Amino acid sequence: MDLLRFITAGSVDDGKSTLIGRLLYDSKSILADQLEALEKQTKNKDAGEIDLALLTDGLRAEREQGITIDVAYRYFSTPKRKFIIADAPGHVQYTRNMITGASNASLIIILVDARNGVAEQTRRHSIIASLLKIPHVVVAINKMDLVEYSQDVYNNIVIDYAEVARQLGLEQVTYIPLSALKGDNIVEKSEAIDWYDGPSLLELLENVETKQDTNFSDARFQVQLVIRPQTDELHDYRGYAGRVTSGVYRKGDAVTILPAGITSTISKLEAGGEERDEVFAPQSVTIHLADDIDISRGDTIVHSSNQPAVQNELDVLLCWMDEKPLQPGNKYYLQHNNRLVKAVVRQVDYRLDVNTLQQLPVEGGVKLNEVVKATIKTASPLAFDAYAKLPSNGSGILIDETSNSTVAAVLYQ
Amino acid sequence: MDQYQLDYLAQLEAESIYILREVAAQFEKPALLFSGGKDSITLVHLARKAFAPGKIPFPLVHIDTGHNFPEALAYRDQLAKDVQATLVVRKVEDTIREKKLTEPKGKFASRNWLQTHTLLDTIEEFGFDACIGGARRDEEKARAKERIFSVRDEFGQWNPKLQRPELWSIYNGRIHKGENVRVFPISNWTELDVWNYIRKEKIELPSIYFAHEREVISFEGQLVAVSDFIRIDEGDVVERKQVRYRTVGDMTCTAAVESAAATLDEVIDEITATRISERGETRIDDRVTEAAMEDRKKNGYF
Repeated sequence: MDLLRFITAGSVDDGKSTLIGRLLYDSKSILADQLEALEKQTKNKDAGEIDLALLTDGLRAEREQGITIDVAYRYFSTPKRKFIIADAPGHVQYTRNMITGASNASLIIILVDARNGVAEQTRRHSIIASLLKIPHVVVAINKMDLVEYSQDVYNNIVIDYAEVARQLGLEQVTYIPLSALKGDNIVEKSEAIDWYDGPSLLELLENVETKQDTNFSDARFQVQLVIRPQTDELHDYRGYAGRVTSGVYRKGDAVTILPAGITSTISKLEAGGEERDEVFAPQSVTIHLADDIDISRGDTIVHSSNQPAVQNELDVLLCWMDEKPLQPGNKYYLQHNNRLVKAVVRQVDYRLDVNTLQQLPVEGGVKLNEVVKATIKTASPLAFDAYAKLPSNGSGILIDETSNSTVAAVLYQ
Repeated sequence: MDQYQLDYLAQLEAESIYILREVAAQFEKPALLFSGGKDSITLVHLARKAFAPGKIPFPLVHIDTGHNFPEALAYRDQLAKDVQATLVVRKVEDTIREKKLTEPKGKFASRNWLQTHTLLDTIEEFGFDACIGGARRDEEKARAKERIFSVRDEFGQWNPKLQRPELWSIYNGRIHKGENVRVFPISNWTELDVWNYIRKEKIELPSIYFAHEREVISFEGQLVAVSDFIRIDEGDVVERKQVRYRTVGDMTCTAAVESAAATLDEVIDEITATRISERGETRIDDRVTEAAMEDRKKNGYF
């Protein structure tokens, strides 16, 4: 059994909450007492069936206003897979939340209202999927019951979206006509949509191939902390603890420690306290080196034959996430996985319209939810890859020095 | 590439170990909040793996309501000895006396809410800047929205509207003096994941998780153990039943489940088949209002 993390993009109006509610309900992940609480709440509203959307509204303010403010995580499993859903709001003022939810997803479900077709927000969600390189895109054409399950409506939306996918370079796109409210093509294949011969949504989620999503060719590892027990029996023990974010490491590999550029050899590998001959992504491991070198948190250990860039000037895309606007010239901390360095945003080149991909001039500061192309200079060099090539070593966050808030997602170009 | 496939439990484990190591690296004085329940036992097991062959680099802290299951306390002491960890115990009883707090009254007067006072005092006493807890997002609606690194102000309060975005596997643990961070390394695990992991790793649990005989009374469909901490009224019928616990907390607000499951396999089979959630079946304190957990968190609770 393996694990699939996915995000659902869409707003309440598209039936996103109903879709998730339906997935949980029809896959029997909702238990009797949770259902009872739901029925109790539904009674106060319109009569009729229970309101599945209520299942996913977490906080009191959200329930009162009938909206989703923040990313919520939901869990369900089938005998084939465990699923983690990042349930993120879809309106433009919540782009920040969507990027947060999308950052760990390997699949995105983009909800399209069959009555409206490809809309502005469909484009925006697709642009975010392409910026963040989410490997799999599922276009869920919802509310088919409201267009009389028309194959023509479906076909036209597929044609329209294919053009969006082409422009954005989205490769693995799957289309499913469904009705979250009626349960058509969610878990069971729909009888009303007999002209569609693809899988139901759950069948697709269970079977989508994820092996290629992890890069096993470019090995990257950052030191989280140095383990030195310094007891009598472990006097000389010195292990570098961290996570293999991509690739494979083997005992005897010739490695280089970055940014210093010192070389050594892997003398021992451990995972969970046990010795291993090889370790691979995404394991948490401990690496030992043949030479006594001064290594600390944030240093990167890579194969000498396959190294990332080491620079202190970076071209980046910034997704701004703070109420306080970005002022070019301001100093921040840049956290690149386990490495924290001081950084200054030197120059902001242009703003990317997340609805159209147009490059627009930046006037004044960069505001919440805006995506810009910028140049960052760091106080010491960073060992990084381009996000497009290796997201796990191509991303960082900016932290405000004074408020300590996370103010931006950083994607290295 | 089949050889490089991690099953879901191994993936969850790798993520949790990564988070625990981030805590050790980013904070000066972390602590692991240990309740004696299966989730915190799992955390200790993960921490052992994260820092092996070294010791766990932070103390285990137990906020003791005084209403514990004796089996859980015995287990706690033995575990701390086995992993050679420092055990810090602070009693709610003492806080009540020193601060002249009013104890809730009633049939199942629970000190669960008062725990927060003792917890905040303990954080201040030791200067803990990070407290690791075993909460999971599948437990409850408010938890589903909380970050893995959850920043609390100097009153321990959670502000759901001011949460930091948490991107990729990058955890921002920077805080101001006086603030602290609650860290939830098993956020992405479900109840069943924890049980399956316990089976896979052969983790030992306190005996009360398995079927045993116990005197209980039935209250609104839930079985509550007879102890000195609850009030037996005239109408109550004390019965001897075969039960097990699905969660282990305060004796006054944790209900038992009627069961004959005596082994881990049998317990997992029963939990897989059950149609009632963990909190719904066993927690009396969450049933008060729809937003009970959200309110407690805003006041400094876990």
